Amino acid sequence: MAESFRDVLNSGKFVITSEIGPPKGTNLEKTLHHIDLLKDKVDALNVTDNQSSVMRYPSLGGCILIKERGGEAILQMTCRDRNRLALQADILFAYTRGIRNILCLTGDSIPVGDHKEAKGVFDLESVQLIRMVRTMESGTDIGGNELNGAIEFYPGAIVTPEANPIEPQLHKFKKKVAAGAEFFQTQAVYDLGNFRNFMQYARQFNVKILAGIVLLVSARMAKFMNDNVPGIFVPQELIDELAGVEKGKGLQKGVEIAARMIRTIKDESICDGVHIMAIGKEEIVPEILAIAGL
Amino acid sequence: MIVAKQKDLEVIVGMLQGYERILVLGCGTCTAICLTGGDREVGILASSLRLADKVSGKNRLLKEHTVERQCEWEFLDEINDQVKEVDAILSLGCGVGVQAISERFPDIPVLPGLDTLFMGMPQEESVWVERCSGCGNCILDKTAGICPVTRCTKGLLNGPCGGTNNGKCEVDPEKDCAWTLIYQRLEKQGKLELFDEYHPPRNFQAVVRPGRFTIK
Ligand code: SF4
Ligand code: SF4
Repeated sequence: MAESFRDVLNSGKFVITSEIGPPKGTNLEKTLHHIDLLKDKVDALNVTDNQSSVMRYPSLGGCILIKERGGEAILQMTCRDRNRLALQADILFAYTRGIRNILCLTGDSIPVGDHKEAKGVFDLESVQLIRMVRTMESGTDIGGNELNGAIEFYPGAIVTPEANPIEPQLHKFKKKVAAGAEFFQTQAVYDLGNFRNFMQYARQFNVKILAGIVLLVSARMAKFMNDNVPGIFVPQELIDELAGVEKGKGLQKGVEIAARMIRTIKDESICDGVHIMAIGKEEIVPEILAIAGL
Repeated sequence: MIVAKQKDLEVIVGMLQGYERILVLGCGTCTAICLTGGDREVGILASSLRLADKVSGKNRLLKEHTVERQCEWEFLDEINDQVKEVDAILSLGCGVGVQAISERFPDIPVLPGLDTLFMGMPQEESVWVERCSGCGNCILDKTAGICPVTRCTKGLLNGPCGGTNNGKCEVDPEKDCAWTLIYQRLEKQGKLELFDEYHPPRNFQAVVRPGRFTIK
């Protein structure tokens, strides 16, 4: 049997994950293409769960596709759209379809998405969801009822290493570890100084950390993210670097920057691996990896 | 207090279509304090309605009155006689007031002139903020007197989400992130250990709808 994602992370190898954004609709062509393109180049692929509160093909469906094509899937599961009954039922189903990794998220709030009048469920939130997985592994649901056939997952969570203020985030991180999260994929990091500080704190816990790498494609995007995406801080040098290239070369520069960061993180063993989010530019992930020498 | 805002005049005008004798009824408690349903607002709204009637060539009876509190039957006795003269009551109380009147005078339609928003308090001039959602299981002792159920957009119980942005909430830069406030106040009180305490999933049945409370 192929090595599990947990085994890969525990092997000490520099781990690479990436993500698939499923389609809005039933046309899976592009999604399948991205899966085929990436499944052997990375150690696991996340599938986003109605990311940014925008309704899409489900994360669970995307993970099944990855499994069917021989890849390793990480099921992203948010608490925004399902109550505790639905979350548990989906987890049972995922398990029976061979999915073994789960990223436990609270989920974005409703108003940022494309169904602005919907009810945000949030019956549970990330910390409680991690605990729920661990409870179900012990053979009962969170109502205390026995399961006929339990589950076993490798639960992960996210953390925002550049949040401001950072202290409450660090406490939440600690809570997620205590709840049973074993690996973390971080929000995008661009300032490795900040990230090193975070890692100094995080190293005291026995968990694996994958640094989030979000591909920048232009100085404009970088500035937009600084102004609009909480917890993201693109340093001025990087913005200048992107602004310095001739028109049409932004993407290439972004690829170079991403590859360089990955290289540095690996060479200096800052953390255990990277999670590459190309957001619509999945095609380019192999190139980033090639330039990073991976 | 209960905070409510007035519906748009066109909506109210539409609601009142077909009625000839209307009692515009204010409430002297919460909605008077939030300046949307007290004596003064009853006067202003009745004048606007008269003006609208004039423009459309109507001549309806529009009576005005404000009781001290719409949500308690004993305060409604004083309108017994007026109610007999009208064919509809337009309430400027909260949703509780509307229902209390309707229960007391079930033969006559009681219409809501306000949209009830939340339980809260005045924060600064012309600004009211929500503070409690009546969850039935108060945890303010653990959260430095700041309600995460209500003041965190997602109602999180175990600390901030990743959307917290320089102390503001991801959905609205005008709103404080409740969990940043909780952290800062716990720190000030030397009680940060409470921040690390695990809160299990909420009991959403702590108040089974519709809520009912009996003193034993
Ligand atoms: S925890 Fe919040 S919603 Fe619940 S009773 Fe206390 S203040 Fe109200
Ligand atoms: S930013 Fe703060 S208040 Fe807003 S949803 Fe997140 S934790 Fe709650």
